[in-house]
Amino acid sequence: MSTVAAPLLNEGIRAKIRAYIGRYPSKKAVTLPALHIVHESLRCVPFQAMAEIAEILEITPAEVHDTMSFYGFFPQAPIGDVRLWVCRSLSCMLTGGEEMLEVTCAKLGLHGSGQTSSDGKVTVEFAECLGICDFAPAALADDGRIYGPLTEEKVNAMIADVKRGPQPIL
Amino acid sequence: MAAFEPVLSRNWNVAQSHTLPVYESRGGYQAARKALTQMDPDGVVNLIKDSELRGRGGAGFPCGLKWSFLPKDRKETLMCINADESEPATFNNRILMEKDPHQLIEGIIIGCFATKATAAYLYVRFEYIKAYQILERAIDEARAKGYLGKNIFGSGFDLEIWVHRGAGAYICGEETGLIESLEGKRGWPRIKPPFPAVEGAFKKPTVVNNVETLACVPHIVERGADWFKSMGTPKSYGPKLYCISGHVNKQTCVELPLGITCRELIEVHGQGVWKGRKAKAVVPGGISMGLLSADELDTPLDFEAIRKPGCLGLGTAAVTVIDDQTSIVDYLYNCARFFAHESCGQCTPCREGTAWIYKTMKRIKLGGGRMEDLTVLGGIQANLGITPGTTICGLADGAAWPIKNALAKFRPELEEYIKTHQDPRYAVTPLQTAITMGSPTTAAVTPVSIGMSSPTGALRSPHSS
Repeated sequence: MSTVAAPLLNEGIRAKIRAYIGRYPSKKAVTLPALHIVHESLRCVPFQAMAEIAEILEITPAEVHDTMSFYGFFPQAPIGDVRLWVCRSLSCMLTGGEEMLEVTCAKLGLHGSGQTSSDGKVTVEFAECLGICDFAPAALADDGRIYGPLTEEKVNAMIADVKRGPQPIL
Repeated sequence: MAAFEPVLSRNWNVAQSHTLPVYESRGGYQAARKALTQMDPDGVVNLIKDSELRGRGGAGFPCGLKWSFLPKDRKETLMCINADESEPATFNNRILMEKDPHQLIEGIIIGCFATKATAAYLYVRFEYIKAYQILERAIDEARAKGYLGKNIFGSGFDLEIWVHRGAGAYICGEETGLIESLEGKRGWPRIKPPFPAVEGAFKKPTVVNNVETLACVPHIVERGADWFKSMGTPKSYGPKLYCISGHVNKQTCVELPLGITCRELIEVHGQGVWKGRKAKAVVPGGISMGLLSADELDTPLDFEAIRKPGCLGLGTAAVTVIDDQTSIVDYLYNCARFFAHESCGQCTPCREGTAWIYKTMKRIKLGGGRMEDLTVLGGIQANLGITPGTTICGLADGAAWPIKNALAKFRPELEEYIKTHQDPRYAVTPLQTAITMGSPTTAAVTPVSIGMSSPTGALRSPHSS
């Protein structure tokens, strides 16, 4: 028995993707913007979404997956409301970044980076240089909020702030 | 020499510096108007050539020369702006875009006019979220004012700028990796030639310039090549945004003439090494460039002088200070982990080499180091990158240089670490020794009995019954 799956991407998402097509000489170039648009709405990019992006851009689902999988940025299962990157690269490491990553995970009850808090509010990931070394050791929320220089106490304030959910920064 | 007057950062402390009215009130878009209405494209290219502006992204390639590589008979040109700033410890482009996006847009307008590009793709790394939002607003403002779009300043020149967001891949800062990523593919650098100027994005002649490079352009148009060359050191002219972070009292980004010494940057602008300590080593321009030892701190940070103590180059001029309480092993481990994580996997020497360096550094750090590891690391780094000619892009050279410089400058410390950090859990096993010797003995390969019989049906597929 087979059923036709209902489309995963609604018309709003599709319209946003189509709006990018005129910007580039090829439709395939819209792959990355499309992945970002889907990820922003669904907090993940499942296989069905890749197939639907492929259909809009007139390429194969495998091409979308090939690009998507290279970046390691787009999870296939939903992440928390806010994604929080804690930097572990040189300047942050020197000023205590690795410890701050551990502390952040511990305070949220996570066993390591890549996990989501049980209330679904925050996913913590390690990051290679976030380009905010003037705040080292630093962390970045995926709505653009920057935290740093972190200390154990400041991690508490950061977690409380992140748990308020995504916030506009401008 | 006259007192240095910052230009790239002159608006940073002005309120609302990211908005068009403030930028215009400070003389903004006058250089673009001048270039488009009073100069011709070749005139701008020649002016930039005369200024000897070198690319600020890392390689230091002369900008005007790059522009002149475009084929004369081209029908269409594209510009890519590299704002995928991901080199560890580097954040000057972020501040440039957040604080003064219109300066960059003006630079793009002039650069595109000079190269006859009608579309510009501004490739911004995803993590620069605020910069992305500010740029989108600034582009809308500029378009509404007629600085972008059709017939800019009545010159007949048309231009659109599109912001394209990356997705967390360091390699997309390599210019052909960026182009592949822009085209919707994995960010695998291309074999050159053809160079982007001949066949770049979407098979069209393409110029790829760094954010800071383009931010210099309006000032050169406004003040002239001689003004630009009045700053800096021979072959390294103009102002530069230096980042300073790590073990300093003040982590910051500061604009200075090219060629300031590392010591002055740390003592004056970084306000000294933190906690009253001394610097053991300094990473001069992002981790790819290698490192300076404490007695090399008087090296001027410009494109040429930095090579004398064996560094790869000026890179991004992002200085990271490592204090005398920190082990060089920790630094090397951090660098090795970064490059193993960010190697794109296309070229075998880089994919395997960075992973091998990382594994070895991890073992040394944990207490399983062996003296011969240093020899092996030396061999790996010597065979890695475009310098020996084994890889397509320079990522691997960046992975090799920290090892190369550390072995040359800190070998006694590395040897001492290995001697004093031995953990029996990481000791060499008899089997490993036997394999290394090339003659496995019976004793070494005898399987350890675990007192359990093999589970029956272990090889049977769950679907076969």
